Order: sequence, then structure tokens, then C-alpha cells
Amino acid sequence: MTHNASVAEEDLVAELSRRARALRLHVLRQARGRGEGYFGQGLQCADLFAVLFFSELNWSPDRLTDPDRDRFLMSVGHYAIILYAALAETGVIAVEQLDSYGADGSALSLGAEPGEVPGIEFAGGSLGQGLGVAAGLAWGLRRQGRSARVFNYMSDGEVQEGAVWEAAMFAGHTHLDNLVNIVDVNRTQADGDLVLEIEPVRAEYEAFGWWVTEVDGHDLAGIVDAFARARSVTDRPTCLVAHTQIGQGSPTAASRERAHFIRIRPDAWDQIEKELSAMETIE
Amino acid sequence: VSNPPRTAGKHRGAEQAATGAARAMGMDSAPAGFGTALIAAAEQREEILAVTADLGRYTELTEFARRYPDRLLNVGMAEQNMVAVAGGLALSGLMPVVTSFAAFLTRRAQDFVVMQVALPKLPVLLVGAVPGICQTFGPSHASIDDVAMMRALPHIVVLDPCDSVEQGQATLAALDYGGPVYMRKLRGSEPVVVDRDSYRFEIGRAAPLRSGGDVVIFASSIMVYESLEAADRLSAEGVAAAVVNVSTLKPFDEQTVLEHAARAGAVVTAENHSIRGGLCGAVSETLAAHGVGAPVVAVGIHDEFPHFGSTEYLKRVHGMAADDVAVAARDAIARRDNRGVP
Repeated sequence: MTHNASVAEEDLVAELSRRARALRLHVLRQARGRGEGYFGQGLQCADLFAVLFFSELNWSPDRLTDPDRDRFLMSVGHYAIILYAALAETGVIAVEQLDSYGADGSALSLGAEPGEVPGIEFAGGSLGQGLGVAAGLAWGLRRQGRSARVFNYMSDGEVQEGAVWEAAMFAGHTHLDNLVNIVDVNRTQADGDLVLEIEPVRAEYEAFGWWVTEVDGHDLAGIVDAFARARSVTDRPTCLVAHTQIGQGSPTAASRERAHFIRIRPDAWDQIEKELSAMETIE
Repeated sequence: VSNPPRTAGKHRGAEQAATGAARAMGMDSAPAGFGTALIAAAEQREEILAVTADLGRYTELTEFARRYPDRLLNVGMAEQNMVAVAGGLALSGLMPVVTSFAAFLTRRAQDFVVMQVALPKLPVLLVGAVPGICQTFGPSHASIDDVAMMRALPHIVVLDPCDSVEQGQATLAALDYGGPVYMRKLRGSEPVVVDRDSYRFEIGRAAPLRSGGDVVIFASSIMVYESLEAADRLSAEGVAAAVVNVSTLKPFDEQTVLEHAARAGAVVTAENHSIRGGLCGAVSETLAAHGVGAPVVAVGIHDEFPHFGSTEYLKRVHGMAADDVAVAARDAIARRDNRGVP
């Protein structure tokens, strides 16, 4: 927060920090139930999701079929764990349901397909598909005169998929200023550290006619500000390149060597819960 | 390289599709079936729009684009994004009609079809043009596997009409269906097979076009015409061949297929596709599952990539001309009789 920040902004960021901590504890609850999962990524997304679902999205649990709601597409379906956390924290699903994450027969699948769980707009998981669907959705909403915006959340690994750039070219060409893309850059992918360099992501999107800003994915005030600036952009799609730390909030999770899909010893969960509960919130 | 004119048989209306200069390339087509039906539907329904990947001119969208310039979304040469965008358009409440060559729409964009059309059961009409040997450019453009890929997918209807009349009716049915449909689209220059006034296409229904008790030919696409020609020649030799137009590959009309196969005891399948995974596959699976023992002789592409050349040339080199269908019919009858099946 800057010294000039208004009381309202300070209150908002304080609220968001409490939401982010709650989201992390929901992520923990899911991973603990299964004993494994995309736990580190869930923690890494919590701050961005707190801002999205409790500030930025024109969306609420009682408007899940409202044609004018903002749409949120989880292109990186592997991060479903944080989407379920957000749906629980907003009251769309019961918090108790989180215990079934990834279990056989559970509605809370590892990839978040639309159907059983309300509030899931689209099937990610086959990586690199979200941005094109988001662009089509944004084009269709604009054509029908709707003010809703479309948010796509993708990982940095997805930047390597060619179809992402087909979509980026299309969105730039059609001036989709109701489209917001969030690229979560944690510098890891399934085989470890990024196996193929993706930078300069900012310049890549700018080359296709996008407005781009980079942000620390754990700086709540910075994220709020970045979304606000994106909102004021007209005549072009916008992209937030968010730099994140896998396992953010839990040194135990963050230090895992193979953090992409982690299995944690039963006795370590108490330690992680202690770490997450002790995360400072902004007051 | 244009198709030689054919004499209209009794199953054919007199009307032939108009010809155009670009058709000599084996790619363009008049708005004979699909294009006019699409325009008719779009006049009634605001939510219909067309999406293509730089092949609007070659998929009968020229007139549509002239009438509705703001309802044609051309995404450039990007078939994966085309299907992703179509999924998004459907999510927004619109009814996208997606066109490309069948080979690109399926091979290149299949994962997007799976995840963004079939899985969420969205109302998207996927139109794969110049299927099989209707495409004369060579292996890169010749879709001999599109029906197999689409038929293996849950939730999606798969259509392979036999001429421009059925193409038009199938287009309207697909637009009314309310879920995912993959429809192969002919060039429009093919001989008209079914009667424009009396024929009624229905999703999921195979249409018997000719009766005959000695052998049954299940056919689709341009092979329906070849099969009717074959039946004429067989008839001259005293062999009565039934011809059934199986234009819906999924859902499959098992009842009609079983009835005809059981009655004849000798079966030919004739398709504009690989004999693996398409019509021959569907017929064989159905007969096997129901214990109907009849030899099945397959006409189509036999485990090879199509050559380059005109459709008429490709019919000859791949054994897909009327004479080849007649040979297959005699073969099926011989196999049945040698086994002692009545």
C-alpha cells in the first residue's frame, strides 16, 4: 500500500489478505484429504484468486447463470484445487465437500470439468485451450451487447502451446477489450524448472496488440492496482503476467524439490497447517 | 478433371448442381446443399453464425458472407483456435457453424473438439468439407480417418450425406439438434441421388433406397451413387441387391442394418473413408454384437493413403467405382454360399 492509499483501499486489502489465508487453508484441506495433489500451485494462486473472487470479478454465487456475469476460465485445469477453494469460500459449495478433492467418484475432479460442480464454466486440463475459448466467449458476449468480461487463468507452461498464440493473435486482431488473461509464471512445469524458456512473455503479448502489465503475484495491493489499470484499457485485450512462488505461504511446501505434484508425509501436514495459519494478514 | 455427367437413375432427381471454374481444382463448390440451407436457417435464427479458418470460399460460405458479413468470423489459418473460439461462442449463447476441410478440422483440431465441443455437449455444428477422395490434393487434404475419430467420441452426432439434397436436409437437422454434430460436406458437384421432393433425412435413420434379396450394400457419401450404379449392373445379371444409405454414422441405425443383413446374409459396405473405423466398422460391430453371421466385404480406402488426382481417378485406383462395388457384392454372395448360409 502506498501512503496515499485510501482507507477503503486499505480495508479492501486487509479483507483480501484474510480471504487469501482462508483460501490457502481450503487448499490444505483438499490436499490433506487425498494426501497429495497440486498443493503447491494452489498456495501460489491464493493471492490472485482472493483479488479475483472478492474484488475484481463481477460475479456472485447467486448469479451463476446470469448472462451478464463475468466469466472465469481455468485454462490450467490442474489448478482446480484453488478454484474449489474459491467456490467454497464464496459459498457455492460446502467447505466439507473439499475433503473429497481428487477422491474416486468425487465431483471435485483433479481437472475441474463443468457439470457436477456449479460455477465451473469450462474444461481446462488439456493445456493451452482456455485462451481461445475465452476469446470466443468474449467476442460472442460483445456481439450480443453484454458488458460481461472474460478472465482466463493460464500457467507459464501453457505459453509453450502453439494454440495460445493463435488465440492471442485473434484476440489482438479483434480488439477484445473485454478479455483479461492472467499468466501465472512460477517457472516450473511437469518435468521441473521450465524446460523451454518462455520469456519475454510481456513483449510476446504486446507484439500481438495486447496491453500487458507485470505484477508480483503475492502483492495484494499491486494485483488490485494492476486489475484496475487493465479495466481502464479500451480497444485491446489485457494481460497480467503474475510472478508467483510455488507453495507460497508454507516454507515446507515451497522447499519441496519436486513441487509439481507433491505427496506429503502424514506427519508433515500439521507443520504446514501451522505455517499457513501463522501467515500474517494485513490489518 | 471434372466429374463426367451421369445419367440420372430412378433414385436421382433431374437437378444437377451448377458447376464453377474453381471446381476444376477439386475444391470449390456451389451453395448447393449446405450453403443454401445455412442461409435459410440464419434468416430465421439470429444466433447462427459461421466460423472458418481461411476456407470460407471453399466451404460454401461466399454467399453467406455476402448476406451476413458480420456473422462470418474468419480466424485465419488456425483450426485449433477456430474450434476453441466456437466453444466460447456457444458458451455465450450463439450457435456456431464451423467449416474447414475435414482433414484439418479433425486431425489438427481434434483435442479441441473433444474438450470444447463434445465433452461440454455444446451446440456446435462442425462441417468437414471435401471428405475422403472428394479432396483431390493428396494425402495432406484427404480425410480418410475423420469419421473414425469422431465416431469414437461420446456425445457427438456424425453425419455423412450422400448428395447435395441430403446435405441440405442434414444441415437443417443438425442446426435444430441442439448439441454437437460433425457433418461431412460434399463439394456440391456430385450426382444427385435422392429425390428432392420425397426424401426425408432424419438423424439416426438409415434410408433403404433400393430393395433386393440377394445382397445388401450399406453405403454412405459418394459411394451411395456408386452402389446404386452397381445394383443396376447386378440386376442385369439377375442379382438383386438392396442399397441402404447410412448417412448417420452415430447414433447408428442398428435395427435397419440388422434387418437387411439378416435377410440377405451377404453384406457389402461402401464408404468414402478408410474401411477401418467408419461405416464398415459400425456395420461389423453391429452384426457381431447381435450374432448375425454374414460375410462383410468392404469397399473404401484399404489401409493406405490416397493418391493425388481427380475423384474419378481415385475411385478407380482405390477400387471404389461402381464396378468394384458390384465385384464386392458377388464376392459377398459367394462367401455366404460357400459357407452354406441360406
